Amino acid sequence: MTIANAILEARNLKVIRGGSLLVQVPSLTIGEGETLSLIGPNGAGKTTLLQALSYLMRPSAGEIIFRGEKVGGSYAILEYRRKLAMVFQEPLLFDTTVFENVASGLKIRGLGAGRIRQTVTEQLNRFGISHLGDRSARTLSGGEAQRTSLARAFAIKPEILFLDEPFASLDPPTREGIIVDLGKAIAETGTTTAIATHDRNEALRLSDRMAMMDGGKIVQIGSPSDVMNRPTDEQVAAFVGIETILNGRVRGKRGGSILVDINGKEIEAVGDAEAGANVVLCIRPENVTLSLPSAASATSARNVFPGRVGRITPLGLVFKIEMACGFPLVAYVTGNAVEDLGLREGKEVTAQFKATAIHVINKSSV
Amino acid sequence: MDIILEGIRQAFILLFTFDPEVLGITWFSLKVSGTATFISLFIGMSVGTVVALTQFPGRKFVVSLINTGMALPPVVVGLFVTIFLWRNGPLGFMEILYTPAAMILAQAIIATPIVTGISLAAMQQLPKKLRLQILALGATRLQMVRILIREARLPLLAAVMAGFGGVISEVGASIMVGGNIKGYTRVLTTATVMETSRGNFDIAIALGIILLIFAYMINLVLTYVQQRERPR
Repeated sequence: MTIANAILEARNLKVIRGGSLLVQVPSLTIGEGETLSLIGPNGAGKTTLLQALSYLMRPSAGEIIFRGEKVGGSYAILEYRRKLAMVFQEPLLFDTTVFENVASGLKIRGLGAGRIRQTVTEQLNRFGISHLGDRSARTLSGGEAQRTSLARAFAIKPEILFLDEPFASLDPPTREGIIVDLGKAIAETGTTTAIATHDRNEALRLSDRMAMMDGGKIVQIGSPSDVMNRPTDEQVAAFVGIETILNGRVRGKRGGSILVDINGKEIEAVGDAEAGANVVLCIRPENVTLSLPSAASATSARNVFPGRVGRITPLGLVFKIEMACGFPLVAYVTGNAVEDLGLREGKEVTAQFKATAIHVINKSSV
Repeated sequence: MDIILEGIRQAFILLFTFDPEVLGITWFSLKVSGTATFISLFIGMSVGTVVALTQFPGRKFVVSLINTGMALPPVVVGLFVTIFLWRNGPLGFMEILYTPAAMILAQAIIATPIVTGISLAAMQQLPKKLRLQILALGATRLQMVRILIREARLPLLAAVMAGFGGVISEVGASIMVGGNIKGYTRVLTTATVMETSRGNFDIAIALGIILLIFAYMINLVLTYVQQRERPR
């Protein structure tokens, strides 16, 4: 995938600290105005990559190219840092008022008091904290503090904004409000943004592209729907919320589908692979429907399997149902469905999912 | 018991009538210890900041030296300053033994490790990521150090107070290098020692009360600093 209007590029980037390779990214391009999310488990290298991209951490090898110029080469590091802004998980505010905090980047750049006042006022309004201007940063709640930190970042009108798990230490309602305001701020200003998060839903909501990281490498990059629905390997699949990941062997083809042997059961999936190939089938739990054995006949789904309900876990609005159908299968159903079907441990049900709802990873070709 | 009560009564009379001798000694103590603290502030804060913000081989060793220096016994400092300033000592040519200059020198040597150690701790207490945040805001090295010092201003104030508290209350070095010469090198502590040995408890208690007031004020500031929270 080539990005036409690249603002930032990393080439052959390596970060080695204490003898271990923390990040290795042969190539990464961020396009002007896009929001790229870095997702992945803790320790995947998201923070390190952000710090290397922002040149807060000197890469051990490789280069960072900002608008066609090499940072630390033809482009001075300080000058580059003055084009970017960074927000961390901790608000990291200064021990002064909210106003002064938001003004700090502008003061560092030596702007006049009049312009500072105007810009700060704008940003305080944008993040809904104009009433807190004179408050000491020590007295803020977590949400107010992170809003101040975001306002401070936007105040310098960055050409690229780096966000490192900015919502991770906030409670859900606070986080929700801030995500909405941040999304608006990014959209209104058109600021190019790179955000690291371990929460795939945050990433889904904010980003134009997603990069999945693991072990210091970018293992998959693409549109959010690509990464979420068509993961390139099992680890990505598990991370993006695919609960059922099955290893099998292709028995044969039928039309545009393949027939896959999983523990002696046959699953039909839309995809392409030669007979005998080893494949991984990924099934999102939202795409599995359950019914009582008697009612299961009238369906267009190719894959219909009787099974026994195992563990039932409430997940807020939906319930996670783990089943044994000759292979493990996970479905999400609503509370109503749990009641209607009388779901409980040991209950016999019929599970079904469409051949099109399965993502096939061809292991032989990897 | 009478001797104590009478001593305290007399002491308050001396204090509230602004006895010129007590006042003179107090003022001179403040001058000597204040100057010494001021000198230690420059050295201590610079060294403390540099050690806190940089990595170099042997850093742990340097930190351990500084921490040891914080517990430097004043009499040992007094001993070595005396030897150095002795007529045929290495710095004897300066001819400052038994002068206020010698006292300031000795007290600065005592206060500097205290100020250095506490400054170092104050700068290290700031979150590590704060430095990254400041750099990400586009700060130069110098701007970063300025901001960090501003962020650590209260603990740094504590460093100053602790340094001052250490030297205004020490007696060993002052008496050895100053000699407790009346109207010239006599300070609160050396005067207290002398008056006590003479049995002049009223003056000794008055001087002691003044020292206690200083100690209280210093600790009031320290307590305030300790109880204050950093922003998130």
